[in-house]
Parts: sequence; C-alpha cells; structure tokens
Amino acid sequence: MSTDVKIPQAEVETLHTNGKGVKLPIYMDNHATTQMDPRVLEEMLPYFMEKFGNAASRNHSFGWAAEEGVETARERIAKLVGATTKEIIFTSGATESDNLAIKGVAEMYREKGNHIITAVTEHKAVLDTCKRLEKYGYRVTYMPVQKDGLIDLDDLKRAMDDKTILVSIMFANNEIGVLQPVAEIGKLCHERGVIFHTDATQAIGKVPVDVIKQNIDLASISGHKMYGPKGVGALYVRRKNPRVQISAIIDGGGHERGMRSGTLNVPSIVGLGKACAIAQEDMPQESCRLAGLRNRLRDRIMGRLDEAYINGSTEHRLPGNLNISFAYVEGESLLMGINDIAVSSGSACTSATLEPSYVLKALGTGDDLAHSSIRFGIGRFNTEAEVDYVADRVIETVERLRELSPLYEMAKEGINLKDVKWAGEAH
Amino acid sequence: MSYSDKVIDHYNNPRNVGSMDKQSTDVGTGLVGAPECGDVMKLQIKVNPQTNVIEDAKFKTFGCGSAIASSSLATEWVKGKTVDEALAIKNMDIVKELSLPPVKIHCSVLAEDAIRAAIGDWKKKQEAPKPVAAEAK
Repeated sequence: MSTDVKIPQAEVETLHTNGKGVKLPIYMDNHATTQMDPRVLEEMLPYFMEKFGNAASRNHSFGWAAEEGVETARERIAKLVGATTKEIIFTSGATESDNLAIKGVAEMYREKGNHIITAVTEHKAVLDTCKRLEKYGYRVTYMPVQKDGLIDLDDLKRAMDDKTILVSIMFANNEIGVLQPVAEIGKLCHERGVIFHTDATQAIGKVPVDVIKQNIDLASISGHKMYGPKGVGALYVRRKNPRVQISAIIDGGGHERGMRSGTLNVPSIVGLGKACAIAQEDMPQESCRLAGLRNRLRDRIMGRLDEAYINGSTEHRLPGNLNISFAYVEGESLLMGINDIAVSSGSACTSATLEPSYVLKALGTGDDLAHSSIRFGIGRFNTEAEVDYVADRVIETVERLRELSPLYEMAKEGINLKDVKWAGEAH
Repeated sequence: MSYSDKVIDHYNNPRNVGSMDKQSTDVGTGLVGAPECGDVMKLQIKVNPQTNVIEDAKFKTFGCGSAIASSSLATEWVKGKTVDEALAIKNMDIVKELSLPPVKIHCSVLAEDAIRAAIGDWKKKQEAPKPVAAEAK
C-alpha cells in the first residue's frame, strides 16, 4: 500500500540525450509515417530549382529533364514490384491509389457485375471508398478475419459469385502488420475472372512484392511509408494476363495514359523512385535487422510482463511491427507515461476519435484490451539502444499503472472481471 | 492531446494510491465505470464514526491521464471534510481545477460518482444492525 508514489519521468525536451545513449524523443511509429532517407532528399533537390520543368512540356529541355527524372523513377518502382513501366501510374498517395483502383474498376466493369469483396481490417481509404460505392448501388462483402488476422481462403471462395468484379485485400495491415496470403488470393481471383487489388502501402520495400508471381492486378504504393516524401504514391495497373482497365477519377488532360490527369509532382516522384531503389538494394539485410530488433523488443517486454498479448499472427507479419495489449492498463495513460517515445495506441488514423481499434475488434479482442494496445513500428533509423530504452520504459510504466489499477487488483484477488456487474453503462 | 500541468502532476505524483479494508465498518467503497468504456475508478474513504469526518481516502483507477488525475484530486478533496461536505463536491469543480477539456468532462463526472458511491456504501454500513452485545445475566 503506497501513497504519494513518485516516479522520475524522463524530461521531454526537443533534443535530449540521456545516459543510455539515446536521443529523445524516440520515433518508433513507422507505420504512421517515416523520416525521409537523406539519399532520397538528395535525389529530389535538383528538381526544385534546376530541373523544375513540367514533365509534360514536350518541346524544351526543361520539360525533357523533368520527364527523364520521372521515367527513371517509374522504372525503379516497376522493378521493385516486378512490373513494366507502362503499368505504373503516379498519384498523390496510396489513398488516391485505393480510390482510383476501386472506383476505377467499379465504373469500368459495371456492365459485368456490381459485387466487390474486401475485408473488415482494411484501411479506411478502402473501406470508405467501398461505402461510397454502396451508395451508388454496388454490393460489398466485408469479410471477417480469423483470430490471427488472416483471411480464410475458403470463406473468400464462398463469397464470390458471378457478379463479383473486384477483390481488394491489403498486403500488410497497418496496425497489426499481418501479411495476407496474396498469391493464393490472386490465384483464386484469376481462376474466377475477378480482378485483384491489393493495398501494398505497408508492404512495399519491407517484404518482397512481385505482381506476376503473386497474381496481383492492381497495387497501391505510398512514398511516405518507405522513407520517401509525403503526398506521392503510385498505382500498378496490369496490362497482360489479364489486361485491366480502369476509369479515371480525375479528369483534365489525360496524363498517365489517361488514368490520372494533373501535372506530375516531379520532385516527389523522383523521391519515390529513389526510395524504391534503396529498398530494392537494402531490403534483404534491412528486413532481417528489423525483425531482430522487433523480436528483441518483444522478448524484453514479454519476458518481464505478465498478461501482455500480441495482437495478430506472429508468423505472417511485417518484420518491424509489434502490437501488444497490456491488460488492466488503459492505452492513453500508457502513452502519457512514455511521452518521450512516439508510438500509437489503436489506429493512428482514428486517433482523433480515440475509439477502440476496429482492426483489433475484428480479431475478437475485447474493447478493454483494444483500449490497452500499443503499436510499435520499428524502422530503418531505429537502433538497438532505442529498442532497449523503449522496452524498459514500457515495462516500468505498465508496472506503475498496474499499481494504480483496480482491475489488476481484482484480477490478482482471483476475481473474474467478466463476472463483475459494472456500475458504468455499456458502450 | 495536451494536458494541463495539474493533470500531469497528478499523473506523475498521484496522491493516496492504495486500498483499504473493505470489510471495516468505518470504510466506504465506491467502484464506478466499466472496462469496456476505458474508465474504472475505485475510491475508498475511512470515516470517523463519532465526527463523520473523512480521515483518510484511497483510490485506484483504470483510465486515461484525466481520469487518474480526477480521482487523485477527489481523494485529496474529501480528506478532512465531513461526509455531508464531501457530498457537495461537484464534477465541474474538478473540471475547473484540472482545466479538463470538454472531451474529458466525463472523467470528472465519474470521480463525483465515485465519491457518492463510497459515501453511499459507508452510510449503508452505518444503518445495518450493529452486533448485539450478549445479554448480561
């Protein structure tokens, strides 16, 4: 029984080096966004002040120089995913790519059918787009996932009918890092003559993506998730076996083979290309290093704390992702206690509402455990020292908050919290 | 999400964390909230049976920083007050003291509920028939 508990809190200054050799604050939220790689910035710079031409200006060297930068980037992106350059179009980001892929297919193939299949754990860019299409009369099936976060292929098979025109399942989940069996999904779709789109935002540059081997017809790509610039992305659109066509959602000049009008954001496109080139080279080594760091973080935390649960498959997972629920400790208070570390609780995208994560709910996680979850995203610039520091701070904060928690106390007394009649109203 | 200095202070240095003997007739226990909502507060008071003064208070909370601060503050405020004086504590007093934003007002409401629940529990114990002394022969 302690009163007036005083725990020293690490000071949060903009740049503070503690005795353990880490600079604070630490960024470990690489699924939300990533720091730009200095090599990417260097590649982009000439395109602001010197090679500043409009890539569509066909008649002078300013335009040609810009176009050259764009086409080099296009090649690099195509190479990373196993596509041809004609199959890569540039967008403002993965959200636009998702919109373009789904709406583009829906409109183009509406004579063929009006049924779309996706999953409940998709990013809002996919889910909200599907909701809008439902308003226009399309039928959407939102497939559930299993406890480990993976789609059941038999369920998918059963969900398809003769009006199905599109399946959209993300390659890697942004919250729990789970990797879907995309090659099998693609194969199934091709057998049925259904187009397969995957939001590959979190996967590109982290795990191998091969549109041919993995039977992918459309893939969304984002720059700022792979140490490239924000505000730029790409969409892979298959041209052979089968040829996929999409209606544009932005009109105005017919750029990008008529699929996406608008003057190209040349510097950012160049940056995206460079980010892909770096990933192509560094991926094998980097994913190994990140998995090692992630496992170190996981083992250190799980080794010290009881009743900590990893959300999502441990086997089919992005190397740098970890998502843990700490029973009896509320997520926002946990974040407050580790305020010199940048991570997320629940989905970063819905953090404004502080609603419990819908992805965790889809796994069958209870609301209280969903509220108690932390997502760690280890990235290129994280070090082992940072991982150790983060682990220790999380452990000490969870332990401290459990001392404050009536739920932990009740659990230790042997009370089953599910049997308790709570005074509070249900959500 | 920026917290006031007072909320941060209560979070880092919570007052009166702990538990009292639930069985004691001098102790009132209030347990409010629900885990699914992300807020559960347990507030306990020890009341002097002669003076009805709250001599000690303890709390435990599962919830965000504002919830922890609200309940910590509640234990500070009830100490030294009589039971009736403590019943006069209103959630808006807590909101003002901690500068809680609108989205966190419900934390102060829960703290007020916890105080009332603890006092209610203590009062119920006072009304229960006291053990009768064995009749002297």
